[in-house]
Amino acid sequence: MQNMWTLLSWGPQGWLDDIAYGVFITVSLALATLPVGLAVGFLAALAKQSSEPSLRLAGDIYTTIFRGLPELLTLFVVFYGAQIGIQKIVQVFAPGTTIEVNSFISGMVALGAVFSAYASEVFLSAFRAIPKGQYEGGYAIGLSSGQTMRLVVLPQLIRIALPGLANLWLILLKDTALVSAIGLTDILRQAGVAARVTKHAFLFFSVATLIYLVLAIISSFGINAIERAVSRQDVRR
Amino acid sequence: MNAASDTGTAMVDRPPLPERTWTRQRIAGHLIMGLWVLLGVGLVWFLVASWDTELFKKYAPGYVSGLGVTLALVGISIVIGAIISVPVAYARMSKNPVLSGLAYAYVYFFRGTPLLAQTFLVYYGVGSFKAELDAVGLWSFFREAFNCAIFAFSLNTAAYQAEMLRGAIESVPRGQWEGAASLGLHKMQTMWKIILPQAAIVALRPYGNEVILMVKGSAIVAIITVYDLMGITRLTYARTFDFQSYIWAAIIYLIIVEILRRAIDWVERRITKHLKR
Repeated sequence: MQNMWTLLSWGPQGWLDDIAYGVFITVSLALATLPVGLAVGFLAALAKQSSEPSLRLAGDIYTTIFRGLPELLTLFVVFYGAQIGIQKIVQVFAPGTTIEVNSFISGMVALGAVFSAYASEVFLSAFRAIPKGQYEGGYAIGLSSGQTMRLVVLPQLIRIALPGLANLWLILLKDTALVSAIGLTDILRQAGVAARVTKHAFLFFSVATLIYLVLAIISSFGINAIERAVSRQDVRR
Repeated sequence: MNAASDTGTAMVDRPPLPERTWTRQRIAGHLIMGLWVLLGVGLVWFLVASWDTELFKKYAPGYVSGLGVTLALVGISIVIGAIISVPVAYARMSKNPVLSGLAYAYVYFFRGTPLLAQTFLVYYGVGSFKAELDAVGLWSFFREAFNCAIFAFSLNTAAYQAEMLRGAIESVPRGQWEGAASLGLHKMQTMWKIILPQAAIVALRPYGNEVILMVKGSAIVAIITVYDLMGITRLTYARTFDFQSYIWAAIIYLIIVEILRRAIDWVERRITKHLKR
């Protein structure tokens, strides 16, 4: 089928350049969400393992909400909710103006919230795997609690949490497909446009699915490399 | 008289509990809790302020039917997926490299790609095979978005369930198989009476999580025009531009997931009773 290769070629005739742009959007969304989700997830885990009951409760509420809501619903609530909220605020200062909320930022916030809720559970179980003596040892040699966390606990924590976080990264990569529903031109959206224009739906959605598979395979190679590097550090100590 | 003097040891006054001071953690905790409470009150206030009996009467039945569609979708997919997962798990554990390779490829494909992409592939892609499907009489089945969703979801959850099943069965020590064999039980009996009851304890939590993930994942069928809970919500929002339609959906989803989570905890406590001291 020569036709198929034309459709998948680079340039005005084919759709490869459009799909490549979609890959760029998907990957950059996932990469932009990762640090935000990790940071918030770590803070939530800190809250959930603290001795202060109100802080624990606050953390638990956060995880219950964002693990319980469907990702798509979270996305819509953030996207439309932010739109309405910002609109209302803007109306006060400049009536008559309309504001479009950036779908990339909305996607980042929603996916970051979901990611961090799951990540906080991973971090929490990692915290529980670290014996109390590690903290006490840190205090005994005169480190402050911040230093103990940074120099003693965190290096061990990362090593324990890594497999769980790697799993979450793969889930995040798959969840980015949802942003196509709020109009972000990711892989799936571009494939959908191509399918509608050319009427070759099966071809383009297969390509899109296979691209996700390739991204997952590349990620697992990366994860393996990181895990090997980290475990080598473990041996040296 | 208290217990200390009964046993003859000297009475010692407990040191008073250290007074609770306003540490940074405590302040932060109260601040964040205050934010949550504010958010909750704001939400309730929003729902009360925008309450409209006419609107409720008009759209509430839709939500009930949407909830029914969501539960049906999840229930049917989970059951079909469970049936498919058995041969897949069997193939995955077999010593035949071709069979286990095929099963591995199946599992890898469905776990490595987004459910939304799989659903689109089935729903939109099936049109490319209209002539072939018409010939075998399956076209009327795949024309319905609901059936396409069931098809995609079943294959997807089968891949996850096959891995859980395999993991659970392999977690049972070899000695159990050998012990059963030495008692003269054949393979099916061993599997049914010895291995599966032990595997069930290991598999329960992952299976429960899979059900929860399916309930949440099923929201995506709204994009392919199935009127499940999410689909009804989008429809209601499109008609009324009233943001409370999303809030109600969120509340319903949270309730379902919480009920499922509690139920799993309860079942787990029940079936691990003999393991607790």
